[in-house]
Amino acid sequence: MADKLITAAIVVVGVPAVLVGYIWATEQVLRVLPEGRKPRVRPWLWLGPALAFLAVFLIYPMIGTVVRSLQDSSGQNFVGLDNYAWFVGSSDALSALKNNVLWLVFLTLGVVALGLLVAVLVDRVRYETIAKSVIFVPLAISMVAASVIWLYMYQYKPEGAIQTGTLNAAIGVFGAGPVPWLQVQEFSVNTFMLILVMTWMWTGFAMVIISAALKGINPELMEAARVDGATEWQVFRGIVFPLLVPTLVVVSTTMIITALKAFDIVFTMTSGQLNTNVIANLMYSEMFKFGQYGRASAIAVVLLLAIVPIMFFNIGRFRQQEAVR
Amino acid sequence: MTAVGAPVEQAGPRAGWLGRHHIGLHTALIALMIIWAVPTIGLLVNSFRPATEAFGTGWWQALFPPYHFSLENYEHVLGQSNIGTNFLNSLFITIPSTVIPLFVAAFAAYAFSWMEFPGRNILFVVVVGLLVVPLQATLIPVLSLFASWGIAGTFLALWLAHTAYGLPFAVYLLRNFMGSLPREVFESAAIDGASAVTSFFRLALPMSVPAIAALAIFQFLFVWNDLLVALIYISAVNPDNLPLTVSIAGLVTSTGGGTEFLGAAAFISMALPLIVFFGLQRFFVRGIVGGSVKG
Repeated sequence: MADKLITAAIVVVGVPAVLVGYIWATEQVLRVLPEGRKPRVRPWLWLGPALAFLAVFLIYPMIGTVVRSLQDSSGQNFVGLDNYAWFVGSSDALSALKNNVLWLVFLTLGVVALGLLVAVLVDRVRYETIAKSVIFVPLAISMVAASVIWLYMYQYKPEGAIQTGTLNAAIGVFGAGPVPWLQVQEFSVNTFMLILVMTWMWTGFAMVIISAALKGINPELMEAARVDGATEWQVFRGIVFPLLVPTLVVVSTTMIITALKAFDIVFTMTSGQLNTNVIANLMYSEMFKFGQYGRASAIAVVLLLAIVPIMFFNIGRFRQQEAVR
Repeated sequence: MTAVGAPVEQAGPRAGWLGRHHIGLHTALIALMIIWAVPTIGLLVNSFRPATEAFGTGWWQALFPPYHFSLENYEHVLGQSNIGTNFLNSLFITIPSTVIPLFVAAFAAYAFSWMEFPGRNILFVVVVGLLVVPLQATLIPVLSLFASWGIAGTFLALWLAHTAYGLPFAVYLLRNFMGSLPREVFESAAIDGASAVTSFFRLALPMSVPAIAALAIFQFLFVWNDLLVALIYISAVNPDNLPLTVSIAGLVTSTGGGTEFLGAAAFISMALPLIVFFGLQRFFVRGIVGGSVKG
């Protein structure tokens, strides 16, 4: 333990010192260059560390994953598209893919709709700050902690026993249940219960962004409509909502990516059992349970391909913003 | 959202369900707040109840007398399990993983904002593209890199990985912020003979404090709450270095969530994020908004 504390102290002081020292050193190196060349070399020295990190830990591994997905589990032989053929032919993989579609559609819809609802509601009350904090808090905790919290919510005791899970006790008041929420496979009820946990976590994210956009709308626009006799609902539909659409699109893209990458909640709450698996968890099992690195890489490539359209969408949006700047 | 209740009697400003003084508005909002808070409160209450009680009755029973709160779950977690060590491990992983990318990103963002070089725009577009790359697409090659460097399972491996994973967002956010600082400030500093290093440390960095604070909180929470990266690069190789998330996830999967001290463990893991969150919420919100709807 003492070693660790010493290491920690060295790291906390040493790492910033090394990084600041690096930049200082680049300026010393530049001194030896002729005046005219300095501005051409300097940017690359400042960018160097970032570009090195991105190249070594993001770009090279992405290429590596694509190559690895064409090899067998040992990584010695190329097997063409066999791993992809396995993916398409495996009922487990297809079931995980189907669940990811459920995640994508319902997490995105749920988070955007609830975030919009809360943002519009809190805008009209005096306790806005407290209300926002309450909705926002789940985003600060880990998905693992959220899983523990919701396992207690979903807790199930056999019929007749005292229900200690909040949800089963609540529906018990109305004489319904109990329901083993995470075990019901009909209509993917268990998957929806997992999506609900993520919705609980991410609604605050959507709320914060939508709320910021809402406050950016010129209040005179709304006031003018109200003076003309428009109801609040008409003001919302006719003025507020259209102006919020770009923001809703941005939030949706973030949620689509979150849904595609969903892992922690599934891993912790159900381990992908009982038809709740998703591709990120499937990849983890292929890697660590089965040592199938080729298949795991193919799954990662599928995930990457699913995200590529969003990547280009973001780049396009960025270019537009830059043009406006 | 539809108008509920009796037909609106007087048309006009603030009329209807969404009106500022309408009882429906407050009912809906307070109901949402309760729904959002109950899951956490339930587990918090249970974490202070003796195991026998938490097993026998719902957490809401503890809110009525006779009261039987105790710290035994927390004592058990800190005394008998590895949660204490895991907490320190999480700190060792998180602090450098937050500091390093901040510096590296600030250097790059400064270059992107205030230096001219060929390929500047295309490189930044690459950064924007990398924003959404799923970590999963990097895990296997990076794991073999770490293995061949002999650092798999070490904190160093996680610092490097988290730095890289956090960089695209950090560079993006900081460049947008630094790039919107007034140009004259940097120009007059250059005329006065200030070097790039001086303008960076004396001008760009101090003026970017709001964005840096937002990023620091972001990265801190991301790394502290991370499960996947630690699971892949540490758990299989060196169980002594596990952070809280991996160890709690292990407890859940091995016991099916049935252990009484799980709640206490979860709250220990939530303590720091919640402090950071409530203390620095303003910066956190600014970071999210700035990162997503910039422009």
